[in-house]
Amino acid sequence: MTAALAAPFAQSDPVIPEFGRGSSCVRDNGLFCWGWVKDNWSDTLQPALLEHIALTLIAVLIGSLIAFALALAAHKRGWMATPVVVVTGFLYTIPSLALFQLLVPITGLTRTTAEIALVSYTLLILFRNMLAGLSGVPAEVRDAALGMGMTERQLLWKVELPLALPAIVAGLRIATVTVISLATVAVFVVNEGLGAPIYSALQQTFKTELIAAGALCVALALVADGLLVLVQRALSPWTRTARP
Amino acid sequence: MNSENTAQTEGLSGYPSAAPLEFRHVGKRYPGASRAAIEDLSFAVPAGEICVLVGPSGCGKTTAMRLVNRMIDLSSGDILLDGVSVAQRKPAELRREIGYVIQQIGLFPHQTIAQNVATVPKLLGWDRQRTARRVAELLELVGLPHEMGERYPAELSGGQRQRVGVARALAADPPLMLMDEPFGAIDPINRERLQNEFLRLQREIRKTIVFVTHDIDEAIKMGDRIAVMREGGRLAQYATPDELLADPADDFVASFVGADRGLKRLTLSQLDDISLLDGAAAHVGDPAADARALADRQQTDELVVVDGGEVPIGRLPVERLNGRPVSADDVDPLVATASRETSLRDALSLVVADGNRPLVVVDDDGRLAGLVSLELISDALRPPG
Repeated sequence: MTAALAAPFAQSDPVIPEFGRGSSCVRDNGLFCWGWVKDNWSDTLQPALLEHIALTLIAVLIGSLIAFALALAAHKRGWMATPVVVVTGFLYTIPSLALFQLLVPITGLTRTTAEIALVSYTLLILFRNMLAGLSGVPAEVRDAALGMGMTERQLLWKVELPLALPAIVAGLRIATVTVISLATVAVFVVNEGLGAPIYSALQQTFKTELIAAGALCVALALVADGLLVLVQRALSPWTRTARP
Repeated sequence: MNSENTAQTEGLSGYPSAAPLEFRHVGKRYPGASRAAIEDLSFAVPAGEICVLVGPSGCGKTTAMRLVNRMIDLSSGDILLDGVSVAQRKPAELRREIGYVIQQIGLFPHQTIAQNVATVPKLLGWDRQRTARRVAELLELVGLPHEMGERYPAELSGGQRQRVGVARALAADPPLMLMDEPFGAIDPINRERLQNEFLRLQREIRKTIVFVTHDIDEAIKMGDRIAVMREGGRLAQYATPDELLADPADDFVASFVGADRGLKRLTLSQLDDISLLDGAAAHVGDPAADARALADRQQTDELVVVDGGEVPIGRLPVERLNGRPVSADDVDPLVATASRETSLRDALSLVVADGNRPLVVVDDDGRLAGLVSLELISDALRPPG
C-alpha cells in the first residue's frame, strides 16, 4: 500500500473500516501496532483467545477420555495395542485440511467438525503415553499389590495410574500444544478461535493482527504446557526424590 | 510385646497370631505343559515354625508358595490354612490375611514408607489412628527410625527397603507369612545381618512362615523344617536341618546339601550345646608335681594355665616345669579363645588353626568355661539316635 493511496482513505469514508479508524501505524501497516491491539482486544482478540481455549480444552478432554478407555482396554488385553496404534496412527497422518473436507459433508461447517478433527489428532499421542505409563509399572510392584490383597480395580486406581501419571501428563503436554497450534486451521470450517483473526489478517495482509494472534497462540501453548508441568509435579511428588 | 497388641487385641478375623499350614496332595499343571509343575506335594507346617522350600531353579518352589495365597490356583489336592481350604476363600480377602514378601520387595514408589506399610490396614478399613499407631510400632519393630516414614522408597538403601517390605507384610498381624527369596538381592554382609535380625524378630512374633530360597545354607540357617524339592515339583525330603544334613534321603538330597554337609551340621550347634572338658587347667603357683599329675590325667603334654581369677592366660608345655611351680612367665599366650555362643564349625576352625590343640572356651566374664577338643567336635557329628 502506498502513501498516495492511503491519504484519500484518511479523509473519506474508509473502505476497510479497521484501517481507517486506526493510527498512522495501522494506516501504514507497520510491523506491530500496540494501539490496534489495545483497541481490538475486547471485541476481537480476547473472544478469539477464549474460543481457542474452549476448542482446545474440549478436544483434549474428549481425546483423553477416548484414549484412556482404549489404553485401559489394551492394558488388559495386550493384543489390542497394535490395532489401536495403527488406526490412531492413520488418523494422525491425514492432513487436517483433507480431514475437514471429508467431514464437512457429514457434520457440516460446524464446531463439531473442527472438534472431531482435533480429537483425532490427540488420540495417537495420548494412547501411546497412557499405555506406556501403565505397562511401565514394574512387575514386582503389581505382584506385591495383588499379593497383599488388592483387587484389580484397586491395583489400577491406587498403584498403576498414579505411577503412570508422569507419562500420561507428558502425553497431555504434547497433545495440548499440538491442538493449540492445529486449532488455528479450524477456521476453515468454523469462524472461531485465534484462526479467525489470523485468517482475516492474511487476507488483508495486516501484519499487526497476524503477529498479535500468532503470539497469543504461542503464549497459550507455553502457558498450557507450564500449567501441566506444575500439575504433574503436584500430583507426583515422589518423582523429585532420589537417594541422598 | 507391644507391637502385636494393636492388631491382635482388636482382632483380624478370629485367627490366632500363627496358624498351621498343610499341603495335601497338591498338584499344579499348566494347560499345554507336558508335565506337572507341582506333583503330589504333601507336608505340614506347625503353627509358628519357619518352613523353607529349597531346591534348584525350576523345581516349583515359588509356584508352591504362590499356591498358598492363590496367586496361582491349584489343579488338584488342597491347601489348608488353619484347617480351612484356601480354595474356599476369596483370593483378595485371603491374601490380606497372609503376609507377602518378595525378592524385589515391590514397594510402591509413589507412596511414602508409612503409606506403604499401611497398605493392608487400609485395605481392611482400619481407621486412621489405629493405622498410624500400627505403622509406628512396625517401623520400630524392624529397626527403622520413625522419621523414615515420611521418605519415599527411592531414598532408602536396599537393606532398609527390605526391612520396610517385612514391616509391610506384618502390618495386619497375619497368621502366615510367605517370603520368596526375601534376602536374595542383598549383598552377603547385609544379608547375614538381615537373616539374624529376622530370626530375632521371629522369636518375638512367632509366625508360621513359608520361606523360599535356592541357597541351602540360608535354608539351614533359617528353617525349623526344610522341604527339599526337585524338578517337577516333587518333594525329595522334608526334615529338620539336622536330620537333613545327618541323614539325606537320597543321592539328590545328598548332593544338593553338599559334600560338606558334616561341616554345615556344625553350624547348627554352639559350644553351649555340648559338654566341654572342664577342670582341666593349672593355676599360677601350683606345684610342679600337681601340674604334671594333671597333664598325665589329661594325657597331654601341654596345660592351660589360669590366673587367680580363673581367667586363662596361656599354655604351658609340661617339660618347661623343671620342678618349679607353675609361673605366668613360662606360658605361651593363647592364639584364640571361644565363647559358649561360638558355633561348632567356628570352633573346629579355631582348633585346626591352632595345631589341633584343645580350644579354650571362656564365659562372658572372661573366666575359663572349659576346653573343647577335636574329638568332642567330631563326637557331636555322629548321626542322632
